[in-house]
Amino acid sequence: MAEVLVLVELDPTGSGVRKTTLEALTAARALGEPSAVVVGAPGSAAAAHDALAEYGAAKVYVAESEEIDSYLVAPKAEVLAQLVASVSPAAVVIPSSAEGKEVAGRLAVKTGSGFLTDVTEIAPDGTATQVAFAGATIVHSKVTVGTPIYTVRGNSVTPEPAPAAAAEEPVAVTLSDAAKLTRVVDRVVEQKSSRPELTEASIVVSGGRGVASAENFAIIEALADSLGAAVGASRAAVDSGYYPHTFQVGQTGKTVSPQLYIAVGISGAIQHRAGMQTSKTIVAINKDPEAPIFELADFGVVGDLNTVVPQATEQITARR
Amino acid sequence: MNIVVLVKQVPDSGSERSLDPADNTVARGSADNVVNEIDEYAIEEALTLKEAHGGEVTVLTVGPDSAADAIRKALSMGADKAVHVVDDAIHGACAPQTSAILAAALGQLEYDIVISGAESTDGQLSVMPALLAERLGIPQLSGARKLTVEGGVARVERQTDGGYWALEAPLPAIVSTWDTINEPRYPSFKGIMAAKKKPVTKLTLADLGIDPATVGLATATSQVLDFAGRPPKGEGVKVPDEGDGAAKLVDYLASQKIV
Repeated sequence: MAEVLVLVELDPTGSGVRKTTLEALTAARALGEPSAVVVGAPGSAAAAHDALAEYGAAKVYVAESEEIDSYLVAPKAEVLAQLVASVSPAAVVIPSSAEGKEVAGRLAVKTGSGFLTDVTEIAPDGTATQVAFAGATIVHSKVTVGTPIYTVRGNSVTPEPAPAAAAEEPVAVTLSDAAKLTRVVDRVVEQKSSRPELTEASIVVSGGRGVASAENFAIIEALADSLGAAVGASRAAVDSGYYPHTFQVGQTGKTVSPQLYIAVGISGAIQHRAGMQTSKTIVAINKDPEAPIFELADFGVVGDLNTVVPQATEQITARR
Repeated sequence: MNIVVLVKQVPDSGSERSLDPADNTVARGSADNVVNEIDEYAIEEALTLKEAHGGEVTVLTVGPDSAADAIRKALSMGADKAVHVVDDAIHGACAPQTSAILAAALGQLEYDIVISGAESTDGQLSVMPALLAERLGIPQLSGARKLTVEGGVARVERQTDGGYWALEAPLPAIVSTWDTINEPRYPSFKGIMAAKKKPVTKLTLADLGIDPATVGLATATSQVLDFAGRPPKGEGVKVPDEGDGAAKLVDYLASQKIV
């Protein structure tokens, strides 16, 4: 069976792998037998092993070195290029984070290949599905040159277990000078939150201009917490200073595709729709019955968010 | 300090956009063509650097004749001159091909720093700085929400989920910016008038030493097979809140097995 390389996105807290890795492993199985590629500090592969075995990695290439994490993007592309040359995989599949897309791009240049980013599905013949233009257009594309490289958009593939051997093979890491040009001096976490990562969460509750103040975002957070959800914000809310930019959902912010998206006090401009249109179920709460967000919503409540949201939070909490 | 800003003309993301059914490329006539929004932040950052360190800001774009409007906008904001790579053979080029064209054009310019927006609103790949860094062998400082340059070293705060990474690299380097980095200036009347007299150099693929047969739709490294509009969502339920809106909402969530 054809071998497919899957770049592992390690859990930043060191407890294993991110969900995006399991999604990439699952998507890769359409093309062949996944081999996970761990590029990171010593001990990364050991922490990731069980998850990789459970989700179908027949092999695990272990490229561990103290210095890899000190440099941006380039070392991962270099390790993958080395593996592409030595094992001639049918394809390379990478989680579609900012870093993942950049790794894919650099790998494409190194190997003279084409690449497709933010794919939501990969068919056995290599055809990938992508969404374009704010989620309004669905595109089928194919890489026509070299070893196809795909980055898989978060939350578009449901991880499915498929136990495999996850046999580890060490890979010697010798970084070139070109891979060591950009130093990562520090990684700073500013918003420590017990909530799930916005792009990974299965439920997202977002607030917009209608929330009307930074203080009032507390009711959005309370609803999110009752559902175990991440909190998002529209550009209007961010620009008004109600919520930090990191949480912006939309064309110029994050793209989310959760099982459930609840838009509160958000009108639904194209700018916002671009970031959430592909969510499975969409719920809207807005006092304007004509708000465009209702065109997207599976369920909408026309009413004052200041009464509806706290009541919903209370009732959801009561059902738990 | 010599600064090059990469600018891309895109269909306005605020209007309905589509692909062209004739060849599955971006339909540039379907919506107003504008400067990619995040590129304005890159231009602003370039102008700020020039004000602090002196030097010159050159705008570089690859695109059809209409992209001259994007150049004009950048010049009216205060950039000094521009290079416009325009060639019919480029139509339908993929990202790796476009990066080869930009890299060749940068090879003819003198630069200490190259700045681009972190993402275009049409393709949304967010990879061009990485591709160029790879091709040019220069450091990549992408996704910046803050940039400082001092003593030949560029330092960037790379925006991440919930924080940032502090990056550092020697010049020359390529930086990309998010819209958190600054507040772009509006072109002044004086700026708009002055832009009309600023030099714009047009280059073809031949001028860059690139064989047109290696670029464009026919030889692109990936191809769009087909596209379709997203199927319309079924009619949703919309209820007015008459004191029971929250209860109906929670019932709906329960029916979807969410609560």
